Amino acid sequence: MSLVDDLYRETILDHYHNPRNRGTISDATVSTEGVNPLCGDELRLFLKIENGVVCDIKLESRGCSINTASGSMMSELVLGKSLEEAQAVISEFKNMMLTKGEDVTLPEELEELEALQGVKKYPVRIKCALLPWNTLDEGLKSK
Amino acid sequence: MKNWKQVRADFPILDRKIEGKPLIYLDNAATSQKPLQVINALKNYYENYNSNIHRGLHTMSEEATLAYEGARERIARFIDAASEREIIFTRNATEAINIVVESWGKHNIQAGDEIVITAMEHHSNFVPWQKLAEDKGAKLVYIELAEDGNLDYQMAERLITNRTKIVAVTQMSNVMGTVVDLQKLGSLAHLNGAKFLVDGAQGVPHLPTSVRESDCDFLVFSLHKMLGPTGVGVLYGKEELLDLMPPMLYGGDMISSVTREKTTVNELPWKFEAGTPNIADVIASGVAIDYLLALGMENVRAHELDLTRHAMDLMLKLPSIKIYGPQNPELKGGVISFNYEGVHPHDMGQILNESGIAIRAGHHCCQPLMKTLGVMGTARASFYIYNTKEEIDFFVEALIKAEKVLNYVACR
Repeated sequence: MSLVDDLYRETILDHYHNPRNRGTISDATVSTEGVNPLCGDELRLFLKIENGVVCDIKLESRGCSINTASGSMMSELVLGKSLEEAQAVISEFKNMMLTKGEDVTLPEELEELEALQGVKKYPVRIKCALLPWNTLDEGLKSK
Repeated sequence: MKNWKQVRADFPILDRKIEGKPLIYLDNAATSQKPLQVINALKNYYENYNSNIHRGLHTMSEEATLAYEGARERIARFIDAASEREIIFTRNATEAINIVVESWGKHNIQAGDEIVITAMEHHSNFVPWQKLAEDKGAKLVYIELAEDGNLDYQMAERLITNRTKIVAVTQMSNVMGTVVDLQKLGSLAHLNGAKFLVDGAQGVPHLPTSVRESDCDFLVFSLHKMLGPTGVGVLYGKEELLDLMPPMLYGGDMISSVTREKTTVNELPWKFEAGTPNIADVIASGVAIDYLLALGMENVRAHELDLTRHAMDLMLKLPSIKIYGPQNPELKGGVISFNYEGVHPHDMGQILNESGIAIRAGHHCCQPLMKTLGVMGTARASFYIYNTKEEIDFFVEALIKAEKVLNYVACR
């Protein structure tokens, strides 16, 4: 496997080059900041939660390919989900990234996230992939 | 002409393979590699005369004391200090700055005073001053960068005034390699009655340094960036200043006598070295200094300038590469910060690692400078005595070869 196969798969670069749900929410119900002290990458996350459902999510980030792609995929997957469902997605993703060794298979609707599994071969970058998710986790818990 | 190829043979780590390719180590501004002589000095200490220093009456303790204090003498000579009493061993340069802040700053900085630093300080010569200023109601003042990437010396003339209590500057930027005119800033500080501290973490390993020539009041540096082991830093201070400063830590070894009623503090330099120090690593640091003295710091500088000129020549020809800081290699040390258009420095670092090349990527502990430069981070290649022009050719070729991947990754 090469670097391109592991890290820079098409899905990842597509999300990096065209991040989904980019921007801010003026009437957000939750906003959280995340920082990766390793590289200084910063992330601002905005959520609009109504009746226990994530009805809007926006991210403002300046980060590397992995960080940006991971945040973009995350935003698509939690949009419209209930808080419990969103937490479940976070758990699935973190579990995948933190399970050492063999690849983890995710439920079909989360399949796209498997593209980030190659990052596990580069331990320093795992933090880049996790930053948006940890920020979201923090945001949901602050609710 | 030094035989720099021969130098390489002293560094066993340079035989390592990364991803099946020979290691090209260009992360020297973070830490340098260690020659066999230094590694053997550690081994020799632990195998043959490991013992605590200063008060032991047995042979091994005497040997260890002699070796430990011998390292101090050589370091004093290396930076042209007037006396070894001015050399205090710390864990690293950061700790040395903290001693100055704690034991000089807290007693000499008052509300309304000004502390002058530069826009390119490492967090270690930034955060302690920021905290002190905050605690004391003093003002932190920044000398900015000029258009050409150098420090703005005209601005320095305006900013250093009789309100200034200390001017604390890097000798050489760890991000851009910018070499600072210490004599100029030192004389501005002293003309205004301010103290002058130099952060030599990057400068001392690479440039001939004389504390008497620059007339600095304090100089700090770390031995691990100059062939020594990790865990040893140096605080140099003028004797008359150190004499007036209280110890930062109290306990063993920093006392001359203790009674139930009162403790008398030891003389310099030991009053600042409480507890058993890092004996083995200090002794090995002395060996690192010997190694550099044998090469000659003028030669080290000339070799690195040669490498930097070569690298800048090649890199400035690559249209997608932007180099930060002075573009003239004569004005900088062997540190090149760059970015490839649209590529995050992390991705750059990862891609170069595939070719066995070790560079650093990120903010380099200079977040305020990154903000000034308008970037999240940079990729940084930094050189030392064992690097060669062939390695730089390989590095630049790797950049060119990576163009396809870089363009594929790039976000424009």
